[in-house]
Amino acid sequence: MSAAFASSRTNGSEVVKELAFFAVIALLMSVMLLGVETVDRPTGLELAVRWDLVLIAIGATVIGRLGLIFRRENISRLGQAVLITLSAVAVFEMFVRFRELDDRWVSPVFLDMVFSSVVSTIVGIAFVAIIFATAYFTMKDKTSADVEESAKLSSKIQLAYRSNTKKIGLIGIIFFIIFPFIFGEDRSAIDLATLVMIYIMLGWGLNIVVGLAGLLDLGYVAFYAVGAYSYALLSQNFDLSFWLCLPLAGIFAASFGIILGFPVLRLRGDYLAIVTLGFGEIIRVVLINWYDLTGGPDGISSIERPSFFGLADFSRRVPEGTIGFNELFGMEYSSMHRLIFLYYLILVLALVTNFVTLRLRKLPIGRAWEALREDEIACRSLGINPTNTKLSAFAIGAMFGGFAGAFFATRQGFISPESFTFLESAVILAIVVLGGMGSQIGVVLAAIVMIGFPEMFRELAEYRMLIFGAGIVAIMLWRPRGLLSFRDPTILLNMSQKEKVAGEIK
Amino acid sequence: MTDNKLLEVEHLTMRFGGLVAIDDLSFNANKREITAIIGPNGAGKTTVFNCLTGFYVPTEGRLTLHAEDGPRLLERTEGFRIPRNKGVARTFQNIRLFTGMTVLENLIVAQHNRLMEASAFSLAGLFNLGKYAKAEKEAVEKAEFWLEKVGLYAQADWNAGNLPYGSQRRLEIARAMCTDPSLLCLDEPAAGLNPRESAELNVLLQSIRDDQGVGCLLIEHDMSVVMQISDHVIVLDYGKKIADGNPEAVKNDPAVIRAYLGEEEDDELPPEVAADLHLDPKAQ
Repeated sequence: MSAAFASSRTNGSEVVKELAFFAVIALLMSVMLLGVETVDRPTGLELAVRWDLVLIAIGATVIGRLGLIFRRENISRLGQAVLITLSAVAVFEMFVRFRELDDRWVSPVFLDMVFSSVVSTIVGIAFVAIIFATAYFTMKDKTSADVEESAKLSSKIQLAYRSNTKKIGLIGIIFFIIFPFIFGEDRSAIDLATLVMIYIMLGWGLNIVVGLAGLLDLGYVAFYAVGAYSYALLSQNFDLSFWLCLPLAGIFAASFGIILGFPVLRLRGDYLAIVTLGFGEIIRVVLINWYDLTGGPDGISSIERPSFFGLADFSRRVPEGTIGFNELFGMEYSSMHRLIFLYYLILVLALVTNFVTLRLRKLPIGRAWEALREDEIACRSLGINPTNTKLSAFAIGAMFGGFAGAFFATRQGFISPESFTFLESAVILAIVVLGGMGSQIGVVLAAIVMIGFPEMFRELAEYRMLIFGAGIVAIMLWRPRGLLSFRDPTILLNMSQKEKVAGEIK
Repeated sequence: MTDNKLLEVEHLTMRFGGLVAIDDLSFNANKREITAIIGPNGAGKTTVFNCLTGFYVPTEGRLTLHAEDGPRLLERTEGFRIPRNKGVARTFQNIRLFTGMTVLENLIVAQHNRLMEASAFSLAGLFNLGKYAKAEKEAVEKAEFWLEKVGLYAQADWNAGNLPYGSQRRLEIARAMCTDPSLLCLDEPAAGLNPRESAELNVLLQSIRDDQGVGCLLIEHDMSVVMQISDHVIVLDYGKKIADGNPEAVKNDPAVIRAYLGEEEDDELPPEVAADLHLDPKAQ
């Protein structure tokens, strides 16, 4: 669909060349993934070669590409739809064969399946018809009016989103508040929601450092770890309650943020990223090796669960001198009470993070962060102290990471350095970047996409990560600056939001 | 006239390794005056600015700013403290706006220090206490004043990066003025402006000098700006001061003409060639 091709009519030999090129690519990609398979035979593992799959993959690619060429050159709409449908059928055939593991060569599984019974014939024909119809009707020639129309639509959507962020946020909050009432008895739903909420909070925390202050931090998980271990160790060694440890964990994490901040103040961009990456690893390695304090790779187990604000306990058998949560409210004991309480706890923590961030953005410190992201030299020339400004961003971001860590420890009841690997930092950073740097609602969406979806589709087993990868590639293709990548001004003088967007588009 | 001094530069020398960018430069800039620094490319003009605003620490020399609260030694002040408390503000040769932020936000960021104090380092601001709300309102009023002044009021909520080039230049000046300086350093403010915009710039700079009482230090190549508005011109060449005086005097100074246009080459030619040239003007 590139403009370069669209302008000139492609001739026959060029089409052949292009198709051959894509056939080679399809061959290279499929030969190892689809063409070779290990099979468990009585004599041991053997390699089975499945050329049928490779051929079909190449066929599907070439036919699909031909369809795209037809589309590009505006040749026969019918032809386009037929080719796309054929390609889709070939992909279907490939998947079915891949799962069935037999080496039939001649009869296509698809046809066998379709014509095996009356019902399957109807379903099969409907399947083909739907693909064909969709292809046919979306393959309408694109005119400049269509392009204009879609640009108008996208700016309308933008405008609607931007002038209603508050409402959208409010609806989101209400949804998350009533969530346990909808899924109250579904343990896995509450667990998943709690997990997503932890990542939302971490994303919001990191958003201060990366999105607002523009300091690329690849070691954010270190602060999460500091928070978790602070709570676990304080609670085990000094018998402090969760409610006392929570602020302490935040303070510890913030001090680590400052400790990290000092040496890296002069660094920017790639260099800063590498140093923060190193810092994250140092924390993890220290946790593994300081066996006496942290228990090393064994981690810390049976961490105290939070009480109901020190008033009541959630256990089935409550310790001496306390009362159970169910007794306090005169309810039947249910193990869900604690889970729901934990869910609300992280919801409140995350919302505090959000509101503090939103408020800080409108304060001089937040504006200085954003100014620092835009141009550090100009900041200096305006009398802004870059050192303090960067340190405050590191410290506040780290503090929220620490809160989340303490919550994580009390929820799991067990922590080990395994939970704080670089992969976690990468996931949190991906949430911030995919969500759109600096966008609070974007972080929520990205956390749901990144954490929620893979967990929800666990049944898909190995294909889950494939879809996950495809999803990230898709986001980066369509919205390279993140899902919601608009910056809301912190202060407006005289214009309505609508005019502002118009001014921007201009 | 000593009490009228705003900036005193004494024996300023800046070396980068073996390169002497500024060589024993001394000059004064007075209050309520526009002092222009001119000179060919590479004469060390921007280096002087970088020394004044703390981006470079001078190798030798003393830079004294006679602010309201007494003299300050700029070479001993940390860079980010120089603009504070009626200090030195500057603009840049290649515009450095916060392009992703709105025009108004650019001007509010410039008032960071006062607002930061009012917000009790964010603690009071977090809960929007009265003192901060009042300070922010004042900051917006000040920003509005400068927006009117540079004619960008209607674009206040635009992203600064979307402004046309000339407006970006004016916004940068407004932003520098929002720090409440006693000395404003302008690094080629007329570069890339058309004649009409340059004329507007002249009016703006004169108003900053006369109405705000702020001294200006101006690096400029556009002689229409320099000659019309400066009260005092300093000419640099290879890091040395070659002329200092009012625009009229500097314009006719032979040293300045030599620096800009080069030596009269006749003197260096062999006598017979020089004689040829004089005999046959067409040969030139």
